[in-house]
Amino acid sequence: MALSYVLEPAVSGFNFENSTRNIVLENGSEEGKIKAPKPMKTGTTIAGVVYKDGVVLGADTRATSDEVVADKMCAKIHYIAPNIYCCGAGTAADTEKTTDMLSSNLTIFSMNSGRNPRVVMAVNILQDMLFRYRGMIGAHLILGGVDCTGSHLYTVGPYGSIDKVPYLAMGSGKLPAMGILEDRFKGNMDLEEAKALVSDAIHAGIMSDLGSGNNIDLCVITKEGVDYIRPHRESIYNYKRQAKYKYKPGTTPVLTKTVNQLELELVHETVQMMETAGSS
Amino acid sequence: MDSHHSYSQVKGVSTGTTILAVKFNGGVIIGSDSRASMGESYVSSKTINKLIQVHDRIFCCIAGSLADAQAVTKMAKFQLSFHSIQMESPPLVKAAASIMRELCYNNKEELQAGFITAGWDRKKGPQIYVVSLGGMLLSQPFTIGGSGSTYIYGYVDAKFKPDMSLEEAIQFSTNALALAMGRDNVSGGVVHLVVITEAEVKHVVVPGNKLPKFHDE
Repeated sequence: MALSYVLEPAVSGFNFENSTRNIVLENGSEEGKIKAPKPMKTGTTIAGVVYKDGVVLGADTRATSDEVVADKMCAKIHYIAPNIYCCGAGTAADTEKTTDMLSSNLTIFSMNSGRNPRVVMAVNILQDMLFRYRGMIGAHLILGGVDCTGSHLYTVGPYGSIDKVPYLAMGSGKLPAMGILEDRFKGNMDLEEAKALVSDAIHAGIMSDLGSGNNIDLCVITKEGVDYIRPHRESIYNYKRQAKYKYKPGTTPVLTKTVNQLELELVHETVQMMETAGSS
Repeated sequence: MDSHHSYSQVKGVSTGTTILAVKFNGGVIIGSDSRASMGESYVSSKTINKLIQVHDRIFCCIAGSLADAQAVTKMAKFQLSFHSIQMESPPLVKAAASIMRELCYNNKEELQAGFITAGWDRKKGPQIYVVSLGGMLLSQPFTIGGSGSTYIYGYVDAKFKPDMSLEEAIQFSTNALALAMGRDNVSGGVVHLVVITEAEVKHVVVPGNKLPKFHDE
């Protein structure tokens, strides 16, 4: 086949060996019930728009873990290649790792073939991988980039479906964001218009969705290069602390102090010489 | 086609859809709507492409889970192209349909997608094959599929004539799709038609506002 890229060997799906154990633990007797930890989701608003000279991607920066904001300045626009970036919604770990793997594979491909990767190749690799995992990887992605064939924006779903679109919003805040995009999108916008549109779409998502919030990141990709604006717009709710809340040393009086020496017995010692004679 | 199968259990993006193919004098028309839905209430795309070219004169249209359908057609495109290189000649439409059938039948537990394969080849001219959900392969002079097809069985049975001209066939397909889109909530958008003849492949797009209107609209 064509130039190969290094993808992990196709093991059949996920390892479900622990599922029966987990069910037993969760349904245990009243005192023994254990709740499984919930994965951190980026209840999110992400959006992308193709404009005259390239692609503008946008995202909010809130990562939630149930009702708590786990990360206020989470980076949801991931680097894939110098000319390709990807916004991720869904399970935070899944989007991070999927985009990381994609980026490594494309770098290897670039080095092997001497060519810059195309957006459509990135999309195909993602589609293959996500389809193979049958929706278990919760990654809803917006992939955008500029290559020798033009500017492209694709959506990749967790089951492995793809669609090529001129504008798009994903994540829990996608409905309000889509409203803004549907209203104001035009073909061939200029840069400032496109940035304002994406920024307003994310803002609508932030205002109308509990899972999205904090700042807005933008990423502008053109033939010339990438402008990663982080943050483009900061949240109006300022989180700067009013005073220093550290306790001074001596605040808590020390009453007694005991030191227990640990008796360590040297049982076994091996020495292995390293080959440091400068070879490679 | 399995028209009574409910597509609401499809996970992820579904092309709850209307697709059709019809043979006319000298070629075949394959057509679809352009809506992709998620669940029963969100239209995830108004302009999805359901007519996938698997070879120069062979197209497939897809119904069911979008992810499954795209994966199967990608695989079929690769296998067909390889087959065509080995045989050193353009593949038969039946070969394309058989490849799709093998994939659907052997993976019937995991896949939820149905296809209509249509095209032109030197041996038998224009042909239409249906590959349904479980992997059944059937050749027909015209066929409809997808969730919206249930609303137009009467229309197509009454109005189809063998050996129509190109214009009649285009009118027939457009009317059928417009009627289905008018009654089925998960079909909609624009009408995509591809006309396949020996000489060329032509795309015809009929936008929503140019669709034929029927007396109650």
